[in-house]
Amino acid sequence: MTHAPGGRRRPRGNRIATAVLLLFTAGSLFPLVWTAVAASRNNTRLAQTPPPLWFGKNLLGNLEIAWEDANLGSALLNTTVVASCTAAGTVLFATLAGFAFAKLRFRMKNALLVLVVGTMMVPPQLSVVPLYMLIAELRWTDQLQAVILPGLVSAFGVFFMRQYLMEALPGELIEAARVDGASSLRVVWHVVFPAARPAMAVLGMLTFVMAWNDFFWPVVALTQSGNPTVQVALTGLGRGYVPDQSVVMAGALLGTLPLLLAFVLFGRQIVGGIMQGAVKG
Amino acid sequence: MTSRTTERRSRRHRRDLRWSPYAFVAPFFVFFLAFGLFPLLYTGWASLHRVELTAPTEMEWVGLRNFTRLLHDDFFWNALRNTVTIGLLSTVPQLLIALGLAHLLHQRLRGSAFFRVAVLTPYATSVAAATLVFALLFGRDYGMVNWVLSLAGFDAVDWQNGRWTSQIAVSTIVIWRWTGYNALIYLAAMQAIPRDLYESAELDGASRLRQFLHVTVPSLRHTILFTCVVSTIGATQLFGEPLLFNGAAGATGGAEHQYQTLGLYLYEQGWVNLHLGRASAIAWAMFLLLLVVGAVNWLIARRLGGTATGGGATGRRATGRSPRGGRTPGVRTPDDSTPGRST
Repeated sequence: MTHAPGGRRRPRGNRIATAVLLLFTAGSLFPLVWTAVAASRNNTRLAQTPPPLWFGKNLLGNLEIAWEDANLGSALLNTTVVASCTAAGTVLFATLAGFAFAKLRFRMKNALLVLVVGTMMVPPQLSVVPLYMLIAELRWTDQLQAVILPGLVSAFGVFFMRQYLMEALPGELIEAARVDGASSLRVVWHVVFPAARPAMAVLGMLTFVMAWNDFFWPVVALTQSGNPTVQVALTGLGRGYVPDQSVVMAGALLGTLPLLLAFVLFGRQIVGGIMQGAVKG
Repeated sequence: MTSRTTERRSRRHRRDLRWSPYAFVAPFFVFFLAFGLFPLLYTGWASLHRVELTAPTEMEWVGLRNFTRLLHDDFFWNALRNTVTIGLLSTVPQLLIALGLAHLLHQRLRGSAFFRVAVLTPYATSVAAATLVFALLFGRDYGMVNWVLSLAGFDAVDWQNGRWTSQIAVSTIVIWRWTGYNALIYLAAMQAIPRDLYESAELDGASRLRQFLHVTVPSLRHTILFTCVVSTIGATQLFGEPLLFNGAAGATGGAEHQYQTLGLYLYEQGWVNLHLGRASAIAWAMFLLLLVVGAVNWLIARRLGGTATGGGATGRRATGRSPRGGRTPGVRTPDDSTPGRST
């Protein structure tokens, strides 16, 4: 567990730290809680001072309008498909490539790894125009694969799995399997995947969150009337597609709720994953 | 088992050993080349052409005209300025708060697991949802922020139409979403600081504040530098927040473009005004901006590397996160790649 700097108990400092943290937490969570408050009111009430601070009675009604008028139901489904496929593909491909980079010998290995690492910092805006031309050529605009397929590329994922497998997968284990006559595929299935499972789970969760919240490329590739993800549908809501602000808030709530739920359930693992990603050794 | 089958097996085995590494990296590189590297390079080619969104396959060579046009384009310089100011307004407070927050989280605390999840929660909120909520909170007439300000005796602020006020509001959204994330990165690095550094500092009679300033912060400098770089990269591509902050304004970034960023300007040129060639030129301008950031980073890292004291000796690896709204989940770079770093 954590240790106070210096390693001594300091109950007073702790109390102050706890108080400050509580305040900060309240501040962080407030916009989320208030989204629900605003979503449970109506436009008239939102256009009054003081603003509402507690829940009203319109939550279900607003959710229904957002669900139907902005087609959030199908948007949520689209987002689930996109985020699941992206996470599954990223984890699979990243584990395979990460394993090869961590434990196998092949020519060009270092050059290829440098290429992977080097492009990690390149923002998506840099390639958005040709990517759009590509999917327009393939007639994929408004199709979910336009968002899923580019998402399967994750240099971060490869690097993450490589770092993990370098330490978590003893070379002797692979050697032993080889001596037993296992093919590379069998090694992957029976040795690499079991060893990589914790990291695969973390990478999967991080990728899912990223894909769920992804904004720039989906807004470019998917239109609101086509096959929008939740984020694209929310763009429509925000632009006055539905005039009632409380309905907009209901939409924002719907788009956020699944991930918040995941945070309640897997929060510790996600935190662990981010911190593990941050520090090795 | 005959020697023939053994022979065949060992041949298959050798082939397997030789080619399977390529098979394992192949799926990644196929997608990577098609959707990552090729578009990246092709952007440069497209920026030298006149391409319209209505007919993306018809390209007309115009040489550097898209770039020269940018140099005389007031909206471009405006977007560049806004990107820098919003970047500073969001990154500096964000990282300072994150550092303090990490210090608090580093204490022996009850419910530390809860706090870690709680500070990370905004990270789970999408740009779109967060911006819609904050746009309402920052409303001029009925917004919560102005109401609280009025309680404190201040006049209502027009958060959407003022240049500085709108940029502060947009930055607030960024700060809200990313501070907890950065705090966790710092916390992870803090946990790798050797205890004896604190013990000797304590023996020397250093107060906790001095310990923080003279032990914690220097030990974290590579992580801090790294978060600076990643946040700066995130700031250069700010898009969702300014797009949605005022729904009616959309891609112009406010009635007077007062918070239009480069990312938003690129989108406006490409997907509102349908000039894909010009959008590519803006993408290249963003790339140049990133190179400048990278060069500055390199210079600072070289400076820091010369005075390394031991924070880097623990095999720590600073890593980062995805640029906001980025497609790649999480950007991460080994600390060791920072040029000039001494261990």
